[in-house]
Amino acid sequence: MILGSEMLDWNYRDKACIVGVGSTDYGVFPETDAVGLGVSALKAAVDDAGISFDDIDGVILNRLPYDRFAEVSNLNTPYLQSTPAHGRFSAIALMMAAEAIASGAATTIALVYGNDGRSAAMKYGGDPNFWAPWGFTSPGASHAMMFRRHMAQFGTTSEDLAHIAVAFRDHATKNPAAVMKKPITVEDHQNSRFICDPLHLLDYCLINDGGVAWIMTTPERAKDMKKKPVYVSSFARQDDFSQNSLPPNDYWYPALKKVESQVYERAGISRNDIDGLMIYDNFSPTVLFALEGMGFCKQGEGGQFVRDGMLQLGKGRWPTNTSGGHLSESYMQGWALIVEGVRQLRGEVPAERQIKDAKALQFILATAVAGSIIIRNDA
Amino acid sequence: MTYIKPLPEADKWSGPFFEGAREGKLLAQQCNSSKRFFFPPSPVSPVTRDGNWSWVELSGKGTISSFVVMHQKYFGGFGDEVPYPVIEVELEEGVRLLSSIVELGERELVVGMPVEVVFDKVTEEVTLPKFRPAA
Repeated sequence: MILGSEMLDWNYRDKACIVGVGSTDYGVFPETDAVGLGVSALKAAVDDAGISFDDIDGVILNRLPYDRFAEVSNLNTPYLQSTPAHGRFSAIALMMAAEAIASGAATTIALVYGNDGRSAAMKYGGDPNFWAPWGFTSPGASHAMMFRRHMAQFGTTSEDLAHIAVAFRDHATKNPAAVMKKPITVEDHQNSRFICDPLHLLDYCLINDGGVAWIMTTPERAKDMKKKPVYVSSFARQDDFSQNSLPPNDYWYPALKKVESQVYERAGISRNDIDGLMIYDNFSPTVLFALEGMGFCKQGEGGQFVRDGMLQLGKGRWPTNTSGGHLSESYMQGWALIVEGVRQLRGEVPAERQIKDAKALQFILATAVAGSIIIRNDA
Repeated sequence: MTYIKPLPEADKWSGPFFEGAREGKLLAQQCNSSKRFFFPPSPVSPVTRDGNWSWVELSGKGTISSFVVMHQKYFGGFGDEVPYPVIEVELEEGVRLLSSIVELGERELVVGMPVEVVFDKVTEEVTLPKFRPAA
């Protein structure tokens, strides 16, 4: 059940800023581990913000052992939070930091992600689960099951998904950090092997090692820092775990509609003010679910919406995942998408990848934690 | 021949479901107060949040609400069968299950197809509910 969307006072608009971002290379790095990658990324973010480690008085971690991380990074703060490994916690961590900063619980928070999934040979499938006796396993299969339902209900096709994969790959060709930079066509997508029919290889994210970090602080402190701050203008979240043991039969649509009803109003802007999107693309169908749920098109029309380059830089109205996203840059579980958003809003990416006059970007997650965040380069 | 596919790990909540299957019955929990069915097996009803529920035999009839074909080898025991289908069945009582289809190839699967339960005794101890096209 989802509660009503009546507007309560919401006091977090532009009360926290992202002032530093850092990332490691993405790939296979067996010579280190998740903690090592996380600390490397944090060091880059600290340098990017022009601060020192001593300025950090809060830490929020994802996919990292909090005690070992604190020991290794020599960060002993009055505020430390550790979040589970699911990618949805990229958005949750950012929201937690904004709330902590607005409340005064901390002033300058390091948010750190580290992942050695590639070296650790993470399979994301084959673990014991209730459906294993029937051969069902993996998040990919769950999304494949949802997408088949979407195909039957709305006439969406695998070729629709190809347009998402092609757009993101085109962006990755302009991103030296992307793991996959070879251009692909709709035919390449259609001819790639099935992992779980109806999903092909090119509908799946790329498991890699890597670290990502952000520094967030108050608008007052941000003014003295090295770079122009990026404001967290709004965020909204609605969970729906009611079908957690099955592929959900509603694409999280009601939860996403609730988020839609809040996220723009909280920021004080409309969808038309959004210059580009960062959509959590663990599997390509999630992009359709996010676009439909957030009202960029009607439910069931996502397949048509993404055709003809709607998400593609230089072509469409809403360039999406300009880094290549999880499908082509690397699966950094949402964390690297925020880094790309910050760099876009600062105008730091190569000109061929820059969203022209980018002022406001929106992060969207279609998961059991439906969420969205709007970031801007001016309050 | 040794059965090498994953076997159910029956816990205190799912045990009766697999015991029922051994007896040729498809069971699910029903909330006594709201009459709503829920699955997988749980300690409490999601409606009343208490243990006021009963195991009830289902009709075993439903429709295929979605399906996939697994091409990747995740479970050693299924290795020789890839690609193999997994169906999602929406039962008349509103419960959804993931299961296997028998007596039909994956190329003939369509969403909306009526199916009915069959019981496949895969080992001496374990029987799995599966589905076939409805008569």
